[in-house]
Amino acid sequence: MPARERIFARIRHNLGRGPLPEDAANVLKARIEGHAPHTIPKRTDISRKKQVDLFAAKAEALAATVARVSSLDEVPEAVRDYLAAHNLSTKIKMSPDKALDDLPFDRTPMLEITRGAAEPSDEVSLTPAFSGIAETGTLCMASGPETPSTLNFLPENHMVVIRASQIAGTLEESWARLRETYGAGNLPRTVNFISGPSRTGDIEQTLIMGAHGPRRLHIFIVEDEE
Amino acid sequence: MQVTSRRFKKGAHEALHDENIQRAFSRVKSGFPLARARSASELPEFEGLRDEARDLKNHILENLDYYLEYFEDQVLLQGGRVHWCSTYTEARDVILDICRDANARTVTKGKSMITEEMALNDHLEKNGIEPIETDLGEYIIQLAHEYPSHIIAPALHKTKDQVSDLFHQHHEKYGLSERITDPQALVNEARSVLRDKYIAADVGITGANFLIAETGSTVIVTNEGNGDLTQSLPKTHIAVSSIEKVVPTLEDASLFLRLLARSATGQEMSVYTTFSTGPKRMEDLDGPANFHVVLVDSGRSELLGTNKQDLLRCLKCGACMNHCPVYQAVGGHTYGWVYPGPIGAALNPHMVGLEEARDLPNASTFCGRCEEVCPVRIPLPKIMRHWREQAFETQITPKPERWGIGIWAFVAKRPVLYRLVTRISARSLKILGGKKGVIRKLPLMKGWSSVRDFPAPEGRTFMEQWKKQTPEGK
Repeated sequence: MPARERIFARIRHNLGRGPLPEDAANVLKARIEGHAPHTIPKRTDISRKKQVDLFAAKAEALAATVARVSSLDEVPEAVRDYLAAHNLSTKIKMSPDKALDDLPFDRTPMLEITRGAAEPSDEVSLTPAFSGIAETGTLCMASGPETPSTLNFLPENHMVVIRASQIAGTLEESWARLRETYGAGNLPRTVNFISGPSRTGDIEQTLIMGAHGPRRLHIFIVEDEE
Repeated sequence: MQVTSRRFKKGAHEALHDENIQRAFSRVKSGFPLARARSASELPEFEGLRDEARDLKNHILENLDYYLEYFEDQVLLQGGRVHWCSTYTEARDVILDICRDANARTVTKGKSMITEEMALNDHLEKNGIEPIETDLGEYIIQLAHEYPSHIIAPALHKTKDQVSDLFHQHHEKYGLSERITDPQALVNEARSVLRDKYIAADVGITGANFLIAETGSTVIVTNEGNGDLTQSLPKTHIAVSSIEKVVPTLEDASLFLRLLARSATGQEMSVYTTFSTGPKRMEDLDGPANFHVVLVDSGRSELLGTNKQDLLRCLKCGACMNHCPVYQAVGGHTYGWVYPGPIGAALNPHMVGLEEARDLPNASTFCGRCEEVCPVRIPLPKIMRHWREQAFETQITPKPERWGIGIWAFVAKRPVLYRLVTRISARSLKILGGKKGVIRKLPLMKGWSSVRDFPAPEGRTFMEQWKKQTPEGK
């Protein structure tokens, strides 16, 4: 008997039944399609403005850094200032994403910008986020032709642009947005939830930053809400 | 992997006298439990979420076949492939075949306990494929030819000096000849060495913390980002998982995610939680062109419907070992197989045989902390008790122990005899204790009194004193 049949036979035998009858299977199918949430922490039952503040505070507590800018137009200069403050390369690998194409990089001619997936030599990346989760200060990144996910991991310095309106309270709200964008039952190849920069505790339980992923994570929150 | 659970007692003795092990594992006491307690206290809903998680896992296990089939359909729909493996041998061969099809010379690996179970690295090496562990802890123990001593901190038993030596010895071939000792410098060196490995690898193998039936996704949770580089840079991604990891929906996964990192390290979320669905899409600039999911049973389905089914709820967070006084004292390797601590003591007898792992269910003070902190409330002490009973009933317990238990049971079932025996014992022990009231060597219990003194009883049993102090008839 092939392994698959053997496994299913053993599962059903030990559960004391055959394959689920149709009505029982339909209940489970409806359960999946209904994807009801479980208890959601009350932490994010707060005003929109406070949710964005909570997101920023949580991200900072995770050792990310946050800069709040009042419009997308201010991002290039904020990028330049951040790189200068940390003495980082001005060569940036950027997601080939429409949202970032509109950034007025003509104001910062010293920044050298290329677009595409990450290469090993890239030191700095700039990417958009799909959404933000205030509950834990987490970024949600969805892969696609315009958002290669290697940019989230290969460069040592990762900068992310997120609009305040993309930040919601909970993980569940990101699922809702993903379903809206990609259709129920579908996800892009890679969905990364990122909570702070890379770290490890594998040497004598000492916390060391920058294990394999980015050493620094810098988040630009663009205020686009009243 | 090779099982050495049989020498638990000897191993425990050695570990108790090993300075490095004592230092490393006593550090567990202050680190993880405090962090867990803090993050649990910051989430008022935490205890309720644990109940929900327990109930959800039970629901999944009762309908495991349905959710697995649904998951399989979704993986296929997204363009991935599913391989079913009943045994470790089948799984190793399937993975080897995929690697050969990809003409793989090197394979990078994210942390995966199921591949530890099946000793995948040895199998790949024997067949001319070089596996490279990329989680820092796993990388360290791979260099040392050892196996994990903790399920989320595999190199917990290694000192910084030992890591320095290992890197010094193994990194010379990359032109790194200086012996470095600073932890940050060690991490940087591993980072730079492994960077090239990710890029050169033909296949990336990861485990899976969850499988999502709704979307056919596999989920990994890491802090380093190694798993993400492992699965996004090579042309082929293989996710290996045991069958009980399936969850119905993304919302169901969210429930477990709120508990997993908090229980493990006290983080609210691990740094990277990644959902992988199918191979890269036509227009994508990166990601693997091939996506394989290898589903392994190897003993899981046999636990269904038994008094040990609750073990299948395990999220592999490590909280039980972090809080276990026995684990903290004897370390991880003493348990002699992949899973140490209370989960190992309860699971390994099933996985490697009770005769081999007979001592593990006894390696517990039954203080119950493991069950108190388990995010899915697995009754670990109860399951260990089941194993103890089973060992006794099937005569696996050695004769002297069986006789001892037999005699005790005979006496305990006869109240008059029991009172007589305890009266005699209490009096003789008082005499043995002398003026100081301390017994240095207990007759017939040398093992117990060789490391501590036994406080002598007062000379009268509880029943005698109770009778004396309680007025007639009460």
